[in-house]
Amino acid sequence: MTKKNWEPKIVCFACRWCSYAGADMAGTSRIQYPPNARVIRVNCSGRVDPQFILRALKLKADGVLIAGCHFGDCHYVSGNYQTSRRVELLKEYLKEIGLEPERLRLEWISAAEGTKFAETMKSFVNEIKLLGPNPLADGGPE
Amino acid sequence: MSTEEPKIGVFICHCGSNIAGVIDIPQLVEYTATLPNVVVAEDYRYMCSDPGQDLIRERAREKGLNRVVVAACSPTLHEPTFRRVLESMGLNPFFFDMSNIREHCSWVHTHEEEAALEKAKDLVRMAVARAAELEPLVQKEVDVKASVLVVGAGIAGIQAALDIADAGYKVYLVEKEPSIGGHMAQLDKTFPTLDCSSCILTPKMSLIGQHPNIELLTYSEVREVDGFVGNFKVKVERKPRFVIEDKCTACADCLEVCPVNVPDEFNTGLGWRKAIYIPFAQAVPNAYIIDTEHCLGMTPIACGKCKDSCEAEAIDYEMKPEILELDIGAIIVTTGFKLFNAMEQLEYGYGKYPDVMTNLEMERMLSAAGPTDGKIIRPSSMKKPKDIAYIQCVGSRNERYNNYCSRVCCMAALKQARQIREKYPDINVTIFYIDMRAFGKGYEEFYESTSREYGVTFVRGRVAEVRGSFDSDRIVIRAEDTLLGQPVEAEADIVVLSCGIQAAENQGDLARVLGIQLSADGFFLEAHPKLRPVETNTDGIFIAGAAQGPKDIPDSVAQAKGAAASALTMVTAGRVKVQPYAAVVNEELCAGCGICEASCPYGAVKVVDNVAQVTEAQCKGCGTCAAACPNEAIAPQHFTMDQIIAQLDALFQEAR
Repeated sequence: MTKKNWEPKIVCFACRWCSYAGADMAGTSRIQYPPNARVIRVNCSGRVDPQFILRALKLKADGVLIAGCHFGDCHYVSGNYQTSRRVELLKEYLKEIGLEPERLRLEWISAAEGTKFAETMKSFVNEIKLLGPNPLADGGPE
Repeated sequence: MSTEEPKIGVFICHCGSNIAGVIDIPQLVEYTATLPNVVVAEDYRYMCSDPGQDLIRERAREKGLNRVVVAACSPTLHEPTFRRVLESMGLNPFFFDMSNIREHCSWVHTHEEEAALEKAKDLVRMAVARAAELEPLVQKEVDVKASVLVVGAGIAGIQAALDIADAGYKVYLVEKEPSIGGHMAQLDKTFPTLDCSSCILTPKMSLIGQHPNIELLTYSEVREVDGFVGNFKVKVERKPRFVIEDKCTACADCLEVCPVNVPDEFNTGLGWRKAIYIPFAQAVPNAYIIDTEHCLGMTPIACGKCKDSCEAEAIDYEMKPEILELDIGAIIVTTGFKLFNAMEQLEYGYGKYPDVMTNLEMERMLSAAGPTDGKIIRPSSMKKPKDIAYIQCVGSRNERYNNYCSRVCCMAALKQARQIREKYPDINVTIFYIDMRAFGKGYEEFYESTSREYGVTFVRGRVAEVRGSFDSDRIVIRAEDTLLGQPVEAEADIVVLSCGIQAAENQGDLARVLGIQLSADGFFLEAHPKLRPVETNTDGIFIAGAAQGPKDIPDSVAQAKGAAASALTMVTAGRVKVQPYAAVVNEELCAGCGICEASCPYGAVKVVDNVAQVTEAQCKGCGTCAAACPNEAIAPQHFTMDQIIAQLDALFQEAR
């Protein structure tokens, strides 16, 4: 694929209670957003093992989005707080290994926030487009 | 891990034109057939229909399928449907995965057909890869406690509680106010039949008070909900009312001696009550309560007059809050609504001009049992008005406040206008509206006769401003008459604001306690807007009435009956299946470090003898422990490391 028509490929881990349903809501409301992301459904954003994120980036995902419940709304009491800590740490780690921490994004999207899901997709895709392809794609730091 | 070679059947749904109108189905089918382990790839117009389900069964028999993937709508909608199909043909229902190519693809990339097809291919490939890693799981059945908790005792809660209690099951009815009845108790008459609200409500309230299967907990709030479907552990706080319900005879002796006057909430502040009071005459329980905020002090030194006057010895100044722990099978939430605060819409002058009032205040004024004994007077002068104007859609259909239509205010205004014209043919009533919405059974007829036979005037146009007249004590309303296409100015003696319905004050807090969701408008979110309107996404918790969205009385009652039936279905069955997603420990890999124990929000994981152990009944399968474990030694079932990695790897296996 030439750089000109390059489209970022994004993985989204979405909590089934909020953000996955939020994405469903975007669907039922027919809110259009860029088709770059593929959603993996998890029970809780807290299920997202840092290994999943690193593997996705190693597999040359251009961006990873983790979407969970707003603070205080976690279906499992406190899973999202743990997610938040993990993501912050991982961003530091990404810097260390020479990846832009912006490739990893954490958003809180409720089941009602179809619009927010679509807006998040738009802004994340734009942001990744500015960053360019995952440097690992050119045999960068492994 | 199952040793059998995966034989996967993939069934792709057109969903009429919902999916097929965007995604090139033949191409998707052709592509799917090339995926590893896929034995059958087929499409059908409606996969969820009977013939669609039969197709899956037929192919499974012919080809010996042991895994099924359906690419269609959201699993939230039809995962249970297709799991049942697998079950019906003797396959483990967890050998199923769903690829969401409708909500997450065709509906949101409608104009990008090529990209949508590429995405659909990716999504199907990911689902197929995951399907190959699936493991058979056994869905456990648990007993359902034969009791239902109903939260909120307005008309919806009352109806739901009665239906369940009549079916022979125990009901705990929790109400945060001192009496049940909710907003309906404040209404004078109800549209479109003009029944007296009290006459149809209070008999039901009294049934609640007497029903042997109902334990009524008024002036109480739900503080904690633990457990899971069929087996909720609920903590309810009973706030002290300082009057012993069973002893109080409602004789009113205490009222005569209480020296404190407080604006009466039940009468929307138009009347007065004492610091010891009963909310209204027909209150259930029919017992007084002390309002500690206004009471001079419950000691003989400060006052103590009520206690001295009470012959029944019902007053107990030492009463303390009490926490009750209840075992509950199912929960119905009927917490109702809050009226839009008219102060927020400044241009209508509520709070500034005493003669600008809300629809609920007018309702109390119209009530024969209300603060004016049913007489209509101007609060500023206590005189009879000549002209009354209604302003519709206050706080509703307005992007500054609430976008939605509150549904009841048109009919409520028509009803009040008619009542006013019946009582006082010499008072003119004008209704300023955007659209009149008379959608229910008998409503349109009511609207027509109100305008034709009762001489109510209608002006179509949103009111821009309400202000005091410069040369009289009247009120000036400025609006645009959109039918005449010109600005109009009218004078009135009373302006009634048709305030809309809003989510209750603490709706978000309660949603958190219950673990259910809110929709964008702040009301509780139903599991499906059409087919599961009284269920939430949390099994065993149901919603009804205006807590789910603006609703009139007939709709609230209908929904309450629906919620009661749903809860009863669960409780009468006595058993319910729970999702088998609990975490499992690989004891060989576990180092006993205890990180999982620290991460578990439920205390379901404990390290015993250097190995983590999961208490299955406590584990809800969130998987936080799995993400925390440094050794991959613990994982929730159906969301294992291998299953998620398979999806990731499949996504990126295609050349970029």
